Amino acid sequence: MPFQTEHFKAQADQALGDKALQEALSRACGHIGRMRTKAFQELPEAEALRDQAHRIKSEVMDRLDSYLEQLETSSQTLGVKVHRSPDAEDACHYILDLIRLRGISLVVKSKSMTTEEIGLNRELEKSRIQVWESDLGEFIVQLAGESPSHIIVPAIHKSQKEIAELFSKKLGVPLYDTPEELTQAAREFLREKYFQAGMGISGANFALAKTGTLVIVENEGNARLCTTLPRLHVVVMGIEKVIPGLSELVVFLKLLARSATGQKLSAYMSFLQGPGRTAEEDGPEEIHLVLLDNGRSKILHDLELRPSLFCLRCGACLNVCPVYQRIGGHAYGWVYGGPIGATIVPQYLGLLRTKDLPMASTLCGACAEVCPVRIPIPDLLLKLRQRILEQGGISFYEQTFMNLWAFSQTHPFWYRTLVSLAQKGGRTFPKLLPEGVTFPNKTFHQWWHDENPD
Amino acid sequence: MGLNPPTSITLFIPCLMDVFYPNMAQDLVILLKNLGFSPKYPQAQTCCGQPAFNQGFIKQAKALAQRFLTIFDSAELIVCPSGSCTAMVRKHYPELFPQDPELLAKAQRMADKIFEVSQFLIQFVSLEKLKASFPFTVTYHDACHSNRILGIHEQPRKLLSQVHGLTLIEMESSGACCGFGGLFSQKYPNLSQAIGLEKVKAVRKTGAQWVISNDPGCLMNLRRRLQEQKVPIGVKHLVEVLASNYTHEK
Repeated sequence: MPFQTEHFKAQADQALGDKALQEALSRACGHIGRMRTKAFQELPEAEALRDQAHRIKSEVMDRLDSYLEQLETSSQTLGVKVHRSPDAEDACHYILDLIRLRGISLVVKSKSMTTEEIGLNRELEKSRIQVWESDLGEFIVQLAGESPSHIIVPAIHKSQKEIAELFSKKLGVPLYDTPEELTQAAREFLREKYFQAGMGISGANFALAKTGTLVIVENEGNARLCTTLPRLHVVVMGIEKVIPGLSELVVFLKLLARSATGQKLSAYMSFLQGPGRTAEEDGPEEIHLVLLDNGRSKILHDLELRPSLFCLRCGACLNVCPVYQRIGGHAYGWVYGGPIGATIVPQYLGLLRTKDLPMASTLCGACAEVCPVRIPIPDLLLKLRQRILEQGGISFYEQTFMNLWAFSQTHPFWYRTLVSLAQKGGRTFPKLLPEGVTFPNKTFHQWWHDENPD
Repeated sequence: MGLNPPTSITLFIPCLMDVFYPNMAQDLVILLKNLGFSPKYPQAQTCCGQPAFNQGFIKQAKALAQRFLTIFDSAELIVCPSGSCTAMVRKHYPELFPQDPELLAKAQRMADKIFEVSQFLIQFVSLEKLKASFPFTVTYHDACHSNRILGIHEQPRKLLSQVHGLTLIEMESSGACCGFGGLFSQKYPNLSQAIGLEKVKAVRKTGAQWVISNDPGCLMNLRRRLQEQKVPIGVKHLVEVLASNYTHEK
């Protein structure tokens, strides 16, 4: 991957200088953000639902192990094979082994950030397996040899013109100038792949512990094709996505599409109840559910940071974040960008190689304001900052500065002396001060002291 | 106005305002005196500790919080002309001492008695008492911590609606961050500037002559961004506008 969390600053600066990116982000984030606001205004019980969603997630995390066991049992009853993967490597191996065992050469995928997280496409391609992303945005990103830059809108960084040129070059179609023609080109290219593919790979938005039902929401119908046409269906899902049952699902479904795209519900919702049965014409012969840990248990046991796991991957926090709005997802350097990325990526990859992510936030709180499950993202970023300091991730220079500053603030004599020195310096060398900043002759403290001599 | 006014009020002046914008704090004193209060100002006060807290320096933040808790312990009610410093005391002080019941109780008492200035005026002062005039078109920037931590949105607008001659034109996304973020603006200057420029765009679109807010950090940043862009729009603290009739030179 060309982008790295260690190079956040350089990547952010590069993004700030990219005019096309700036325009694409402003337009898309603004549009989706407004749609979300409108959808929530039309839902009077929205705030109560968010409370409820937070509570459900919190309760699930308290007993995650038993929900996972329940899910395993109910899935097996439906004929779904369950595999627990401790990490990305294991998950990729499991899927590759299946592919080899069944002699599969072509795989179709529907949109899944979890498979991005484990680098599945890279592994498949290394083993010379042909793999096609079927979500339009993911397909664009794949053709361009890039990675998604938004959880919900993977190609948010690309203009229509760029996409037209890309399609023309890679698919050999004319330079189309409408989204409809471009979509049609992608559909025509992908349609036969569904029939040729020996395996469909998807994520899952929810898994119901009671019934084993896997729930996938989408807008293009591609996930339904991926999960029903190929003989084999593999679901890769983070362990935190399990919820108790249908009544809890209702709460999340009311919030998810509204948060993600401002829709009341997504265009397609699939409830998968195991492989196709003998009398049925549709459905895969086999379903494998890969339950991925990959660092999630560690977060689960870290009570301060546990709410990071509540995330539904709706992307709402990205759209409203002043930092994300300016730099997009790639600058963050790993799969997940934006406020939630800045929260979970350091926990996945380690704090010291990701320390810019929690730091590069104004703590404005716009993310927490829209999060459907009320993850207190700014509070979690503050916690991460404390840990970065504890782990030695803050420079000696900054630590010294902060210690001296705190010393002066707790010793007013030194503070007042420093301020008056700075005032003199600022008046003597005004050019040293940033634009718009001047040192007045007296501090308020001095003024009060002069006004109230006692 | 809901509650009985306190018999005495004490000022907490943010360090940034103390040093860079003493005139705003002076206007606050003048405004409060004209409303019939005799504000106190404990001269030992320094900073609430927010810059340290926001950078993860919890030990330093605790030391400053403890100092604050001692200095303001006897205050009946504290008025602060900054949403983010008020939010530091209200929201974060009680989080700082989970293991120390005594300090925790003290922090909780402090959290209950500190008010951002517009909250204070709306709760304790009848609006007819305000005698301000400011014959300009203005737009109001909702400072992030005021808005999202303290829930302040209506209060400054209610106060501005009492100002003679003032026309308020709302900007698009008045609650969008100005890009300051304390030390964020030092650590990520390009990013901070880019976010600030979006704010400048929103402010300019309104055609307002002044942009008003209630936080010295945002005001400093906004002033800087406007000047960089050579945009002839001024920046004022809410209290400067509310005190405009009592302060001659403005």
